[in-house]
Amino acid sequence: MRIPCPLCGPRDLREFTYRGAAEALERPAADAPPEAWDRLLHLRDNPAGRTRDLWYHDCCGSWLVVERCTVTHRVFSARPAGEVADAG
Amino acid sequence: MRYSGLRVLVEGLRGNRGWRPAWHRPEPKDAYDMVVIGGGGHGLSTAYYLARNHGVKSVAVLEKGWLGSGNIGRNTTIVRANYFLPGNSEFYSHSLKLWEGLESALNYNVMHSQRGLINLFHSDGQRDAFARRGNAMINQGDDAILLDPDGVREHLPWLDFENVRFPIYGGLLHPRGGTARHDAVAWGYARAASRLGVDIIENCEVTGIRVEGGKAKAVTTSLGEIAAKKVAIVVAGRSSEVAAMAGLTLPIESHVLQAFVTEGLKPCIDHVVSFGMGHFYISQSDKGGLVFGGDIDFYASYAARGNLPMAEHVMEAAMTLMPMIGRARVLRSWGGIMDMSPDGSPIIDRTPVEGLYLNCGWNYGGFKAVPASGWCLAHLMATGESHEVARRFRLDRFATGHLLDEEGTGSQHNLH
Repeated sequence: MRIPCPLCGPRDLREFTYRGAAEALERPAADAPPEAWDRLLHLRDNPAGRTRDLWYHDCCGSWLVVERCTVTHRVFSARPAGEVADAG
Repeated sequence: MRYSGLRVLVEGLRGNRGWRPAWHRPEPKDAYDMVVIGGGGHGLSTAYYLARNHGVKSVAVLEKGWLGSGNIGRNTTIVRANYFLPGNSEFYSHSLKLWEGLESALNYNVMHSQRGLINLFHSDGQRDAFARRGNAMINQGDDAILLDPDGVREHLPWLDFENVRFPIYGGLLHPRGGTARHDAVAWGYARAASRLGVDIIENCEVTGIRVEGGKAKAVTTSLGEIAAKKVAIVVAGRSSEVAAMAGLTLPIESHVLQAFVTEGLKPCIDHVVSFGMGHFYISQSDKGGLVFGGDIDFYASYAARGNLPMAEHVMEAAMTLMPMIGRARVLRSWGGIMDMSPDGSPIIDRTPVEGLYLNCGWNYGGFKAVPASGWCLAHLMATGESHEVARRFRLDRFATGHLLDEEGTGSQHNLH
């Protein structure tokens, strides 16, 4: 598995750390009810197929949203997490 | 047909012509009292205990592939009861006791071998942690012996004791820990359940769960619709997909865990051994292969194969711990799909859908739990009450904060 880092180009899986589903970017407001935090921390759609998750590139320090397939391990895209979060 | 030594002798003299299939292969009926989705170890043991402990007459197990084709045939076969937290400790203790009587209960040789489990430690801090864990095991009524380096040397003289980076400070011996033949566990439960009238239906994939008025009514399958008063989802690895058929979102992320086996060797590793400074565990099968594994690959995956970095990591841990393994050739590797829960502990509970039950979230410790898991789910389905040793495996514990985080690594699915 190789991930196309937007800053460094395609790099080996060994350089990256998986940080869970990209749902983590949709952080509830501080006064959100407990169910919203349960949803953020624990519940997962966990699809067999296309998914979006967060990866940290240990080399350049970028946080990425990686779109990939959980069945074939094919990687479709990797975008800076900041851009994805700003785009909502 | 009851299996016995005499039977083997008689069949041997008669040219082995009298053996019959171990379980029936019936066509599915239109309706059952209880339907168990998933013909793995947990599903089969659930069905068996529903019939044996609770006298439920109408039970079906639906398996999408062939019996034993999932994780029950893809694990490293370790059986142990060395948990620490209340909630886990009594459950795995119960499971080990069931293992000890399993072969006579099932009339099937599952090759349960209590060869002893040794968890190695490599620092003073780790020694303290293992001493504490050993005390917890003894308090639970199980066994644990803290070994110093000489004590470990008596059992495992071939370890690299003076390793510069990770010298061995000792080990925690769990004498009743060991292994079992994983396929035989599935076959033994299937045969015993079938003898009690459970319908085991292979090649029957569940494609939907019909819910009406908040109540589970039936499952739709590749062989047609099957009505059921109660339905259990026992499909670890695919739990999220099946639960989604009933509109549920689970606190589960699926991950791939790799395992490896070498060519067959003469007996050299008598115990189950785990390395304390890298996730690595090894035992030797009765066929002679060294069976070992390490961590999950760390990213969500449904591919029943892993990537090279974790394979390399496991091999490095093996070489650090026991340089002699460098001479062995790896025969094959494989991957299994794990239900990773946010606290590393499983779920055996009812769901918000009436009549629908859930058994999932076994992380990578499901094999040893097979007997107690089925025992407790059957108890819940038949009596409506959680079994006392599984009462903390609740689905809502994440929302309420009653987590069972044995390793203390926090609410991240891949860190357990």
